[in-house]
Amino acid sequence: MNFKSGHLLGLEYVDNDDIELILKSTKSFREILDRPIKKVPTLQGKTVVNLFFEPSTRTRISFELAEKRLSADSVNFSTSTSSVKKGETLLDTARNIEAMKIDMVVIRHQSPGAAHFLALNLDANIINAGDGAHEHPTQALLDMVTIAEHHKSFKGLKVGIVGDIAHSRVALSNIHGLRKMGAKITLCGPATLIPREVERLGVDICYNIDDLIADVDVLNVLRIQLERQDSGFFPSLREYHQYFGITRERLEKATKPITIMHPGPINRGVEISSDVADSEHSVILNQVTNGVAVRMAILYLLAGGEHESN
Amino acid sequence: MEFRVKAKLVTSEDLRRIVTRLAHEIIERNRGINDLVIVGLLTRGAYLAHRIAKKIEEIEGKPVPTGDLDVTLYRDDFRTRLKQPDVQVTNIKFQIDEKNVMLVDDVLFTGRTVRAALDALMDFGRPNRIHLAVLVDRGHRELPIKADFVGKNIPTSIGEEVRVKLTEVDQEDCVYLVEAVEEEK
Repeated sequence: MNFKSGHLLGLEYVDNDDIELILKSTKSFREILDRPIKKVPTLQGKTVVNLFFEPSTRTRISFELAEKRLSADSVNFSTSTSSVKKGETLLDTARNIEAMKIDMVVIRHQSPGAAHFLALNLDANIINAGDGAHEHPTQALLDMVTIAEHHKSFKGLKVGIVGDIAHSRVALSNIHGLRKMGAKITLCGPATLIPREVERLGVDICYNIDDLIADVDVLNVLRIQLERQDSGFFPSLREYHQYFGITRERLEKATKPITIMHPGPINRGVEISSDVADSEHSVILNQVTNGVAVRMAILYLLAGGEHESN
Repeated sequence: MEFRVKAKLVTSEDLRRIVTRLAHEIIERNRGINDLVIVGLLTRGAYLAHRIAKKIEEIEGKPVPTGDLDVTLYRDDFRTRLKQPDVQVTNIKFQIDEKNVMLVDDVLFTGRTVRAALDALMDFGRPNRIHLAVLVDRGHRELPIKADFVGKNIPTSIGEEVRVKLTEVDQEDCVYLVEAVEEEK
């Protein structure tokens, strides 16, 4: 079966069959990571450029590892050392890189739509590694793979997403992906960080973390960006922790164990307490391992076969 | 493309006897089953591998470690195919270092799948030796590869195909010879 698009721009634009294809293929790539020699020759001769206009450790390393495990050649680009500092536009940077005969581009950019923009202007396969507050599809896919390892089906599964929904591309990609697979999503956080009209995406909203905990199977805890503290969305990190922080005392009130996820990096003692982050129900490190496998699956699916549309 | 069945070359009874014979031959050649492991190529080679392993266990009274190998990621036609093959999950839960590996596939044709399988196996370790067992050898090799154990030699023309059916995934146990039917314009 072929992946329909030649790009992965966001889960809003990927249909159920293709999401299932990614989740299924990921199992094959996950197995490779447990081998003595963690490398297959599949993408020999393909060149992937990792264009990172925003700081990133986990996502960049994860993509780079996925590329190397598939034997692709990869080149890294980050703004701190590039001509962007000299005033080059995104399009010029991308065209110049494409002129060097590359096959795929992984892009992280502060502007929503940056990946779409490249897809419209370049022949290479484009993978969105986060565009502003829009989407971060590979993060949502690795979240879904991790959920599928711990729960039988997405159908009717109750997933809570807690934190700064308004500024979160992880939340938006999770909402699109999980909703398509039949999960029920409830958002939770301070009212200032829940976007207006977000119910239109087919999600519920809950302002009380204890009510949410009583009802969900999975909690995806988002990072509170420390710089937001001074922008008036909530009074203090301490108060955020008191009202929305995931703690062992809160989880102990739940009638069933809840799978705890976090896209990282964690602020221990803010959105999640240390003992919960390290508890037996936390799958945070499984998410990281699955991230490499999911990215291998996506690189594989985009690089081979004919795609219906670009 | 449409296919027409030309002949049923192996019946379910024949298949049962072939599996039994291959099991005996494998035990004889390896002088027992110490250090023997079996790896079947997904999909039908893997089912055959498990059948042979079961037969060997019946004969020798001891189980043989058996695993499944998917060679999709090692194929040489990744760049040229329009249809992308689905990857399946490799499952080899044992060490192959210093072992005698029995590689099992359903049909040996160009030899390219076996080439890919040899590369894949080398990523799991350094076996003592690798033998190849196939249910059907239909000729037309494109690489210098030869089977050590053959269920049935079936000389074919290039327009024909050999279809192995196994009850684990199909309705029946048998082998058909089929040929492409020219579509009427």
